[in-house]
Amino acid sequence: MMQFEYSRASDVADAVRLAGGQAETRFLGGGTNLVDLMRETIENPRSLVDVTGLSQDIVARADGSMLLGAAAKNTAVAADRDVRARFPMLARAILNGASGQIRNMATMAGNIMQRTRCYYFYDDATRCNKRNPGTGCDALEGFNRIHAILGASPACVATHPSDMCVALAALDAVVHLESANGSRALNINELHRLPGNTPHIETALTPGELITAIEIPACSFATRSIYRKVRDRASYAFALVSVAAAIDVGDDDSIRDVRLALGGVAHKPWRASKAEAALRGAPATEASFVAAADAELRDARGLHHNAFKIELARRVIVDALQELHNAKASRSANGQSNGNSRGGT
Amino acid sequence: MRFIINGRGHDLSIDPRTSLLDLLREHLRLTGTKKGCDQGACGACTVLVDGVRINSCLALAVQYEGRAITTVEGLSAEPELHPLQRAFVEHDGFQCGYCTSGQLCSAIAMADEAKRGIPSALTEDLCAESISLTHDELRERMSGNLCRCGAYNGIVDAIEATLVAQNAGAGAGGHLPAAAMAEESAR
Repeated sequence: MMQFEYSRASDVADAVRLAGGQAETRFLGGGTNLVDLMRETIENPRSLVDVTGLSQDIVARADGSMLLGAAAKNTAVAADRDVRARFPMLARAILNGASGQIRNMATMAGNIMQRTRCYYFYDDATRCNKRNPGTGCDALEGFNRIHAILGASPACVATHPSDMCVALAALDAVVHLESANGSRALNINELHRLPGNTPHIETALTPGELITAIEIPACSFATRSIYRKVRDRASYAFALVSVAAAIDVGDDDSIRDVRLALGGVAHKPWRASKAEAALRGAPATEASFVAAADAELRDARGLHHNAFKIELARRVIVDALQELHNAKASRSANGQSNGNSRGGT
Repeated sequence: MRFIINGRGHDLSIDPRTSLLDLLREHLRLTGTKKGCDQGACGACTVLVDGVRINSCLALAVQYEGRAITTVEGLSAEPELHPLQRAFVEHDGFQCGYCTSGQLCSAIAMADEAKRGIPSALTEDLCAESISLTHDELRERMSGNLCRCGAYNGIVDAIEATLVAQNAGAGAGGHLPAAAMAEESAR
């Protein structure tokens, strides 16, 4: 690990001042990814600004929205009663990620800003356009089982590893930012970038710009949302494919609204906008679910070891939507107006 | 910088690159906590901070100044063993023993998490008031601790025989050692 200066921010203004808009500065949360990358000398910041002392507040607002402090721990968010009741897909996504120990350390902002787990990014004896721009990508012809099938480029096929961000993408979470130039807010779907020719530029954040809070807008039908994750072992593994889903089905069995996002398939948490568009107004049937999944995956491209993800994603999307629909049907049959999601495992 | 380990204060001057794990092992010779992968994949380095389990290999020590840190050495006062340690012996919860201190610390905090109602990926009803530590729940919650000898059945048996039984008992006391408990009650 290279030498660095360590400082502790007392508040947001202090953190922004300490970072000074410098690209060589990193904000430090729980350290679960950054410390590892520094030990491997993949990340070599000259200074670290510890922002774990900033807001960890979890606020449930009367209008159904929530505001989560950037330094809130992943465990605290998943355990929060209002998060569990209002946005079960978010609680489930967090709980499906990493291990108990890591969730206790990791912060909201750190989870959003974590970097890919592409093996070639971590191994500095290989070529990687993300680590060393312009050198090439050894994943393209290498072991690419965990790599992207959507939105990839010839320069980079890495995936964003977060589970939590998949739920945030589906929920249209708004990320509040602060820098020397002032405050702004970004929909999380605009925060992460696709790789294109510049895979080393992963987010829309400017150097020294700080995430201060994550706002989740109200979404009435998210109370029965689910998170489905498929991985190579039963627990403590990154997603091969994951799906965060919620649907609002009317009494005439047509789909009024839907939220759908995929994990493990792209350089960013993948909001399945094409599938959503195909579903809105369609009858809530298996045929509609399959057609929507096909619409989303029409442009999917497999590599030598990961082409299975295309069919896997199709099946997980359809299965998740059917589970949600069946749960509604059984609630209607039982005369219940409200019930708890039991999905996501 | 002042570090509080197993209830005792230590004043140390350290390089900010020092991990909490290296602080414990190399600076304080508390070698009960083990370095397995040194990248957060195996859980051998699990310690408790204010009663909460973390991977000490991924923790920069400077971030934990003044916090109450408990290692396997602090789980009980010598020569006594913590009840979970005795259960590991009785149930063959280890072979080589390298992962054991991490398993012990992790399990103790895991049972406390369940007692506080924190759900897991396997919790059927997310909004349930209390958590029942079933066999599957326990395995899911302990998935951050690998045992390359494969002593999982013994580990699970030992945890079920002590912590789960204790969680199920009405009004049973906590599992956290005295130092962590004092910190908990002070918060």
